[in-house]
Amino acid sequence: MLRSTFQTLSKRTFSSTSINPYKVAVLGASGGIGQPLSLLLKLNHNVTDLRLYDLRNAKGVATDLSHIPTNSTVKGFAPDQQQPDALRDTIKDSDLILIPAGVPRKPGMTRDDLFNINAGIVHDLAQTIAKEAPNSSILVISNPVNSTVPIVAEVLKEHNVYNPKKLFGVTTLDLIRSSRFLSEILKTDPTKEHVNVIGGHSGITIIPILSQLENCSTLSQEQKNELIHRIQFGGDEVVKAKDGAGSATLSMAYAGATFADAVMRGLNDEKNVVMSSFVDSPLFKNEGIDFFASKVTLGPNGVEKIHEFGKLNQHENEMLETCKETLKKNIEKGYTFVKNKK
Amino acid sequence: MTKVTILGASGGVGQPLSLLLKLSPYITELSLYDLRNVEGVSKDLSHINTNSKCTGHGEIDIEKALKGANLVIIPAGVPRRPGMSRDDLFKINAKIVKSLVSYTGKFAPGARILIISNPVNSMVPIAVEQLKLMGKFQPGNVVGVTMLDLVRAETFVVDFLGEDSTLDKTKMDKDITVIGGHSGNTIVPVFLNKKLGETLKMKKCYDEFIHRVQFGGDEVVKAKDGAGSATLSMALAGYKFAEEILRSLHKAKSTMTTIPAFVYLPGISNGKEVQEKVGNKNLEYIALPVNLVYGSVASIDTTVLDNLTSEETKLLNIAVKELIGNIDKGKKFIIGASKL
Repeated sequence: MLRSTFQTLSKRTFSSTSINPYKVAVLGASGGIGQPLSLLLKLNHNVTDLRLYDLRNAKGVATDLSHIPTNSTVKGFAPDQQQPDALRDTIKDSDLILIPAGVPRKPGMTRDDLFNINAGIVHDLAQTIAKEAPNSSILVISNPVNSTVPIVAEVLKEHNVYNPKKLFGVTTLDLIRSSRFLSEILKTDPTKEHVNVIGGHSGITIIPILSQLENCSTLSQEQKNELIHRIQFGGDEVVKAKDGAGSATLSMAYAGATFADAVMRGLNDEKNVVMSSFVDSPLFKNEGIDFFASKVTLGPNGVEKIHEFGKLNQHENEMLETCKETLKKNIEKGYTFVKNKK
Repeated sequence: MTKVTILGASGGVGQPLSLLLKLSPYITELSLYDLRNVEGVSKDLSHINTNSKCTGHGEIDIEKALKGANLVIIPAGVPRRPGMSRDDLFKINAKIVKSLVSYTGKFAPGARILIISNPVNSMVPIAVEQLKLMGKFQPGNVVGVTMLDLVRAETFVVDFLGEDSTLDKTKMDKDITVIGGHSGNTIVPVFLNKKLGETLKMKKCYDEFIHRVQFGGDEVVKAKDGAGSATLSMALAGYKFAEEILRSLHKAKSTMTTIPAFVYLPGISNGKEVQEKVGNKNLEYIALPVNLVYGSVASIDTTVLDNLTSEETKLLNIAVKELIGNIDKGKKFIIGASKL
């Protein structure tokens, strides 16, 4: 997961390999996440056509990025007199659409507090995606992901273009945090720690499965609980440190770019591209939970396979039950929002 | 153990630059310093699962930020607004750079110092003179980052020729370099592959190309319409240059054909030769391809000066004239003040 993004910065990626031309759109490209995310995508050789959309400043960001010597074109779109159909032009025929658009959390806010604003934004963007790029891979970053992903799904269903294999809630940052925090306790190499994280993308819906890791067996239950809590509330840690100036932007940009790279490699039919993501999942559908994060194999059709997550210990099973209760509500909230919009 | 300190890490350039550096395998400690917001930026980056530790330091902690640094990068300062030239920034940024360099001289005297703050043509002389005053100046350790001009040249030459060529923007470093200074007419794109320059002339877009590289910064300031100057492309350029210093520090091979850097010539082994070739014995600073040893400028690659076309020579002469004024302005800011 890390290796591929690394290659985007090292000389090896600044060498030509045969590439498929991927058109990638970033909706919310001028924001705290959008800008560094767009920079990383401009450096990714899988991207040949980068389209940046935002209400303001998208053209400035695009001009800035256009000076970088990689072979992608980059264009900024903002809804103004010159570009009345800016959103449509950004989205049309895109292969990948990343959605970081929305407002960030302030101290004391949960991801759910953002809901009304961000739900509206994502809902409107999804309408245009349904019309202009129904076959695209849609990567939702806007929080609360547990609810915004279902919102996109419902809008796509309304237009009869919903493809569950192409809709992803980006949970990569939880995996990155898990690796990092675990390596800090164990004093190991963070690039070599991989934690299986399932569930959702907020607080107690995030379940790192530590029992599956051999090197975690040396940790006391107290250490494990602390680690789990830190992973679950890693986002809050950054919101607090930023003290009103926002939430995770740079690490989220890195996570988003890493996941986007994996999706493109999957579309390229590279083998064994496995990443975790919040997707339309059979794992707990029978309990009325339509979306769940687990490892998926990415391929030319998007989600090729959803992986079972293996054995949990008792504590993890308890966490899973709590997760499911909350996740169900979060998903319902998304569905209800769309219903009320009709 | 390689510690890199960024002075001005919370700014428009500082943040994306810090992100890219967090991903570098050569860094074990990334130390971020700024007047505001640095706790948040460093906490954000500290979650990324690469091998470097990332810490944030505010004003009272600058010693901690700097102590033990092998490399200090300075993007601190205000950005340009439409209508402002780099020189308009001078008064504000000169104070900032003087202060930060003097802390660096105090707490990290052995560090390589990369200056990004504009106007670079004047800020590097400020840095050098300040360190000389403190008795802490080490030739070859202080450079101005002009990499963004090379980045732009590589991009624009393909943009101008792109339609009937199969040029790859990621592979242009054998074909072109940029010398002189880091603003407007002091920026001199030089073709290593002379044929490419000839092709541009045949297509009648040579002058347009030169102008675009020289005023690429203005292009972004205008497009941002008050929201700032180049940040993301500058972060990439700064990262690219820093990575060369880091590779050199780790004795890893360079990935670039030429590494342009804005340097103080007296004290560099072949500095005098450069002054002779440029035709001005009084020129103390210029950007040219450099040879790095252990992250420091050991000598200058002067071969570029042996093969200049008549146009390039003309551009260089104009550049040097303007550069001398910029350099003087920087020097006076320090030397003038010490006379009080």
